[in-house]
Amino acid sequence: MPLLFIAWRNFCYRALSSFLTTLSLTLGVALVVVVLSIYGIITEAFVRNASVGCNLVVGPKGSALQLTLNSVYYLSQPIENLPFTTYMEFFPAERRAAMVEKYGGDPALGERDGKYAAYVGGGFAIPLALGDYFGEYRVVGTTTDFFERLRHGPEVDQPFSFEAGRPFVEYHPEHEVFEAVLGSRVAATMGLSVGDTMNPTHGDPEGKGHGQGFHVVGIMDPTGTPNDRAVFVNLEGFYLLEGHAKPVDTEALIAPPERGNSPGEIPADIDLLTIPEREVTSILVQNRPRMFAVPLQNMINESVQAQAAAPVGEINKLMSMFVGPITKALLAITAITCFVAAVGVLVAIYNSMNDRRRDIAIMRALGARRDSVTVIILLESLIIAVLGGLIGWLLAHLAIYASGGYIEAQTGVQISLWSLSENEIYLLPLVLLLSLIAGLVPALSAYRTDVGTNLSA
Amino acid sequence: MLEINDLIKQFDQPGGGQLTVLDIPQYSLGAGEQAALIGESGGGKTTLLHLIAGLLSATSGSIRVDNLELTQLSEAGRDRFRAATVGYVFQTFNLLPAFSAIENVQLGMAFGGRSVDPTRAAELLGRVGLADRADYRPSQLSVGQQQRVAIARSLAGRPKLLLADEPTANVDPSSAESVLDLILQACRQEDIALLMVTHSVEVAQRFTRVDRLEQINRAFAVQS
Repeated sequence: MPLLFIAWRNFCYRALSSFLTTLSLTLGVALVVVVLSIYGIITEAFVRNASVGCNLVVGPKGSALQLTLNSVYYLSQPIENLPFTTYMEFFPAERRAAMVEKYGGDPALGERDGKYAAYVGGGFAIPLALGDYFGEYRVVGTTTDFFERLRHGPEVDQPFSFEAGRPFVEYHPEHEVFEAVLGSRVAATMGLSVGDTMNPTHGDPEGKGHGQGFHVVGIMDPTGTPNDRAVFVNLEGFYLLEGHAKPVDTEALIAPPERGNSPGEIPADIDLLTIPEREVTSILVQNRPRMFAVPLQNMINESVQAQAAAPVGEINKLMSMFVGPITKALLAITAITCFVAAVGVLVAIYNSMNDRRRDIAIMRALGARRDSVTVIILLESLIIAVLGGLIGWLLAHLAIYASGGYIEAQTGVQISLWSLSENEIYLLPLVLLLSLIAGLVPALSAYRTDVGTNLSA
Repeated sequence: MLEINDLIKQFDQPGGGQLTVLDIPQYSLGAGEQAALIGESGGGKTTLLHLIAGLLSATSGSIRVDNLELTQLSEAGRDRFRAATVGYVFQTFNLLPAFSAIENVQLGMAFGGRSVDPTRAAELLGRVGLADRADYRPSQLSVGQQQRVAIARSLAGRPKLLLADEPTANVDPSSAESVLDLILQACRQEDIALLMVTHSVEVAQRFTRVDRLEQINRAFAVQS
């Protein structure tokens, strides 16, 4: 008769005690798995959010992390603004001249290539203007390039898609330059749909509302990125809001705009801000080939006004700075939870030893060796550990899987039933080891059981 | 089968010093022989059986069972000896409550490196009249049935020596008779030497050989 069978029979015989001990271990393991999984989901969400389709974020001098947080995650406050001319440095002379012609500005700007243009190559530079809010959500002034050029997703190859409507256009005959696109979460929580109007507030969520409203023309599908909780408005409309024009030196050389009236073009009778009046908060840059990213970053960082930050690098630094210690704390919680559960196993089996000394003595009288009865007790402990560990693990994964829809909506991270978080594979061996150690105390008690005394008892 | 010479067993006393419980100059039992050892409660009967079964170590002297000198064996050696050579019937049955009747019988052959023979276990259970109670737990059996399962278990490992410690003391008179019959009959059938300790004269009368512990144990004379 295998010792495992004897251990299993003992486990079943003390059904309530075994059940409660296993349940305590199950819940402990489930808690640990859930904590590790949540940590894994947060990490993945952070990393994938950093993969926003640009490899550099350019903004004013200051904290690179703050620049990343406010331009990629729409968190924290913008550092300052950059002159629009910094944005123009990413374009060749032809595009720069077109901008001067379109908005009005110093004609000399269009006579040379931007100093970063060669590094951008086949990539893009997309301006962002931040500072306004819609409720608690950031309003992001940008160009149509945002929807046409940026990609997202695990492979950063998915274009933005729309749950309803379309991306805004530079000019719409009816809405002029006041069109807006809502991130999925903004639309859901603010209860807006295509055709509604939203009015940004200036400076902070409680700030004064701009009189000018934007027509909601599109609601984006969830992306699992911070873009889900942002409102995107036409940069030209954003500039025209009250207080958004930069005061201009009266001596600045500004050639008036020379816009035509071709279809889709902004009519000449709409007073757009001139180049000196324009500012951008940051610029999302994707350069091609990517090998130019480092020299471009160095070149920008050597300039007086601007800095360039690599979002993924900044987020990794943030992760190692904050998430690293959190990981250690989580692992400590894991170890403590497992330890407490293992102590539960120890207490449960040890308490049952008083009842079973006679059983052990009987088995010894039948010829069982001391080490056989010791192994039986250890096997009981292992049965509890294996059952508690596996059921706890399965329970946690079922719970996480059941919450998969919510998690995906909030973070964009897709969860499968068998998604393993880092460190999780060590959990079951750890539980087995701890339970084995916990089983040693009662096992030693079994080893020392005096046969004569307990048979006569 | 059993040869005891100059056996002394002493226990430490709580107040210091040692209490000699057994001092047996000589005692023997032949192969297949059946003997009742009669003695008063507290006279050292159970201690003697524990010594013969290798559950206790002698203070001095010699115990040979089936040509094995128990006092020379290590604890592991005594465990192997017990599993292979001795069957034990207890006064309080000592069935394991977590196991069914048939499993309790199988436990009698589970240790000492032997393989469990389910057919023999079933056959033994049938022999003690409990074939239809094979899956019953001890708590579901009457006292007499429990003792019959214990007898079947003691025979499971094909012992050469069966030690029975007041096997009828805790069962009612009618069951006691059948329990006794079972033990005697089984030992005869399988040529097993039987040493049964009892304080009951009625039980002892069923044996052709009856020994009195007071007569073989010099310690008794000293104590009294």
